[in-house]
Amino acid sequence: MKGTKLTAALTALFFLAGCGGSKTDTVRIGVIAELTGAIPAVGASCRNGALMAEKEINDAGGIELGGVKKKIELFVEDSASKPEQAAASAQKLIAYSHVVAIVGPNSSSNALPASEIAEKAGMLLMTPWSTDPKTTIDAKTGQPKKFIFRACFTDTFEGKVLGGFARRELKAAKAAILYDVASDVLKSQAEVFKESFEAAGGKVVAVETYSKGDKDFSAQFTKIKSAKPDLIFLPSYYTDVPLQVQQARRLGIKAPFLGSDAWSSEDLVKMCGQDCEGSYLVNHYSPGTTNPVTQKFITDYKAQFGGATPDDVAALTYDAVKVIAEAVRAGGKLESAAVRDALPGLPPYSGVTGMIKYSAGTGDPVKGAVILRIKNGAFAWFADAQP
Amino acid sequence: MIYFFQQALNAVQLGSVYALIALGYTMVYGVLSMINFAHGDFFMVGAFLCFVGAAVWHLPFVPVLLLSMGGVTMLGVATERIAYRPLRNAPKVSAIITSLGVGIFLEHVTLGLNPYPKYIPPLLPSFSFDLGGVSVSTFQLATIGVSFALMFALHLIVNKTKAGLALRAISADRAMVPLMGVPVDKMIALTFALGSGLGGAAGVMYGMAYPVIDPYIGIIVGWKAFVSAVIGGIGSIRGAVLGAYILGTVEIMTAAFLPSTYRDLVTFSLLFALLIYQPSGLLGRVEIQKV
Repeated sequence: MKGTKLTAALTALFFLAGCGGSKTDTVRIGVIAELTGAIPAVGASCRNGALMAEKEINDAGGIELGGVKKKIELFVEDSASKPEQAAASAQKLIAYSHVVAIVGPNSSSNALPASEIAEKAGMLLMTPWSTDPKTTIDAKTGQPKKFIFRACFTDTFEGKVLGGFARRELKAAKAAILYDVASDVLKSQAEVFKESFEAAGGKVVAVETYSKGDKDFSAQFTKIKSAKPDLIFLPSYYTDVPLQVQQARRLGIKAPFLGSDAWSSEDLVKMCGQDCEGSYLVNHYSPGTTNPVTQKFITDYKAQFGGATPDDVAALTYDAVKVIAEAVRAGGKLESAAVRDALPGLPPYSGVTGMIKYSAGTGDPVKGAVILRIKNGAFAWFADAQP
Repeated sequence: MIYFFQQALNAVQLGSVYALIALGYTMVYGVLSMINFAHGDFFMVGAFLCFVGAAVWHLPFVPVLLLSMGGVTMLGVATERIAYRPLRNAPKVSAIITSLGVGIFLEHVTLGLNPYPKYIPPLLPSFSFDLGGVSVSTFQLATIGVSFALMFALHLIVNKTKAGLALRAISADRAMVPLMGVPVDKMIALTFALGSGLGGAAGVMYGMAYPVIDPYIGIIVGWKAFVSAVIGGIGSIRGAVLGAYILGTVEIMTAAFLPSTYRDLVTFSLLFALLIYQPSGLLGRVEIQKV
């Protein structure tokens, strides 16, 4: 008897897995966030951003599909910041929760494996924060993946902006680079920065590396110090940055630091204190902007989540859920392929992180970036950069 | 040349942290012939106690150091009593697996309390001065000074006191020593107390030098310290200290004079080469298996 029941249950499960979950009363959207593990602040922001978009859309009645308003239902999974768990979460959301689209994971190391699963299953996946070009490109064919999108700009764009900005705006002639050799994203940011900084007429005088989990960077910084750079490009995650900048300052390095979007967590300035003062970073959005959409988002976020200023992950996740909701409405069907097909046809979406526009044949949007400066223990808007 | 001295100072600082932790591995091995893999996590708990003392209770440096050392000492003794003593006569591998389990348990208790990386505010005035071109910070001096003082204290306890004599006797022959009236259980508890206390101090030193901590820091640093103990000859106290400074120097100097990407590659290649020619480490004794 037991055996029969089990077989029946398994058959039912496979059947459900096969039919893609189109007969639900709600618009099911999966969220994969790094709630525990190495970057829990990123995961928490991602979840909050998604919850806020869900609340706003549902408070307005939901999404109109074939004359019926359907509410959004979120399914949040924790990737624990582990690639294998990110892949497993994607599988669960597709086969068990029957979502119509997935938002997340955020870090590229998590987004890459999850995107492989989604692409194979024909499931729309939009990563809010993964800036690695490989996330949306098929490694085998070199062609863009068909179901993978992102709400942010790519490393290539980021490194390019930073290299040009360092040379032209900050007038740096000599730059040094320190990056995590074990991270694809940080490595490609470093490479693109070097290329664009040297193309703009600068010279990279030292390139040093470290490996995930390292806490002592004194050897690298002593080497960098003897190369006398005008500025140091440091594309590290926000948990490593305070250690690195403090060790550099203690070794007597005075040059300003230039960071990537991986710096952008409120925790960074808390942990880094005085040492990070005057450093620059590129980001997806700035709380200091006058854009009314962004200002409304910040006010609502503060009200809903106890006063904390939202970071870029929250903003990008919010935009990602909103864009997907628009595409669901435009596609008119609760099918991933229909939502995907509707994305490039949407008018430019005016989001919290600026204008977002997709075109056919690529998952990378056309959008702007901002350069921030750490001033009096906060991120302050410094300049705008366009692609 | 100044560049070399600056890097040498970096090496001594890193070596000092490794040495304090390596001593915990080597002492337990010397007395029990058991590798306590949870030791790296004792060190992690020490760093978190340092965070609690410094960021939550706003204590100054010395009380924080005592808090961490005391807390981790108690943790070490309790772990020995609860988890290791019942396995004293079980196969060695059972105790080793238990220690791995204790380590993972401690990581996840800390993770369960709060998964966010913690920032430890400076415990000493942050200040660096120039010594003939070499920049020296108060943190480096404190790390090196406190480590040397604790290692010297350990040297006195092991070599100049009766308890130390008993420890050395147990290490030489654990079967015979109880017959001479030495309370073996108490002595083993003392070993754990000393080793864990040093691990707690290492947590504070580490927290000052590298002030962002998370529940996983004990894994990498613990492994490096364990490797130090093996290089020096596990079971040997002087060997652990020697091994720690060698490892610190090789790590820093590789990054200083070769591309920094090769650091761990060079370090571990040297370890393999050393162990091929000197399987029991630099100062380890050759064990003769009696059948």
